[in-house]
Amino acid sequence: MMTWLRFPLTTLALLALWLLLVGSVGPGQVLLGALLAALITGATAGFWPRRRRPGRPWLILRYLWRLGLDILTANVRVAALVLDPRRRPRPFFVELPLALEDPFAIYLFASTVSLTPGTVSADLRRPADDGRTLLLVHALDGGDATGAAERLCRDLKQRYEQPLMEIFP
Amino acid sequence: MLIDLLVSALVLLGAAFALIGSIGIARLPDFFTRLHGPTKATTLGIGAMLAASSLHFSVQGEGLALHELLVIVFLFMTAPVSANLLAKAALHLRVRSIAAIPRAFRASASDRSQ
Repeated sequence: MMTWLRFPLTTLALLALWLLLVGSVGPGQVLLGALLAALITGATAGFWPRRRRPGRPWLILRYLWRLGLDILTANVRVAALVLDPRRRPRPFFVELPLALEDPFAIYLFASTVSLTPGTVSADLRRPADDGRTLLLVHALDGGDATGAAERLCRDLKQRYEQPLMEIFP
Repeated sequence: MLIDLLVSALVLLGAAFALIGSIGIARLPDFFTRLHGPTKATTLGIGAMLAASSLHFSVQGEGLALHELLVIVFLFMTAPVSANLLAKAALHLRVRSIAAIPRAFRASASDRSQ
């Protein structure tokens, strides 16, 4: 019954979501939103593997800021590639061994890869031998340059995986 | 006046990127390269249009319009997931790909018959 008390942040986030959705902060909506937030948190708590608290809010903000800027440049670069009739894209696949282990962190990393310059995360696999998760990344262009795959791996790890490791230690 | 200009600029920018995303889908050579269109060009296209909408309705005097913020958040959460599922399905069905698919991720004959 009181499960939601154990997840105060989830409850607050759902309440904020409700208030944004209805676009009002009248007492009735706050009450209704709080009720819904508590009920939904209680009903879904069993699906969360374990409690997690975002450790360092400023790191998350810095991550989001960087992600926003990268999405802007990603769009411009992909647009240039699409619009230039002489350019033929040279796509390639990269297998990226992940150091991240937390499923939610892996989801964030894979989504980030999909939203940023010229890469989409295509598949995820846990090979039997060393237990690390492999992320299959499809890159839109640059497959003709030597060492392109290694460079891409290093960039993605440095730019996004490193900060995510700090946020989800 | 200034707000109107800003709103118009954002709407045009958004429309331009949405158009480029669609051109990309038509022009890129194979399934996996076409996947890049909807996850990128369209996210910024829709993002810019929603920013314009938020700005326009916020200055109408009925308080801040923040629905758009939610749309952006949900869009950015779901677009990569759908791209990922499309790619997974394509790998499973062995859709033609220009880039060589690493061996660990190739669909085997037994996978496919299931």
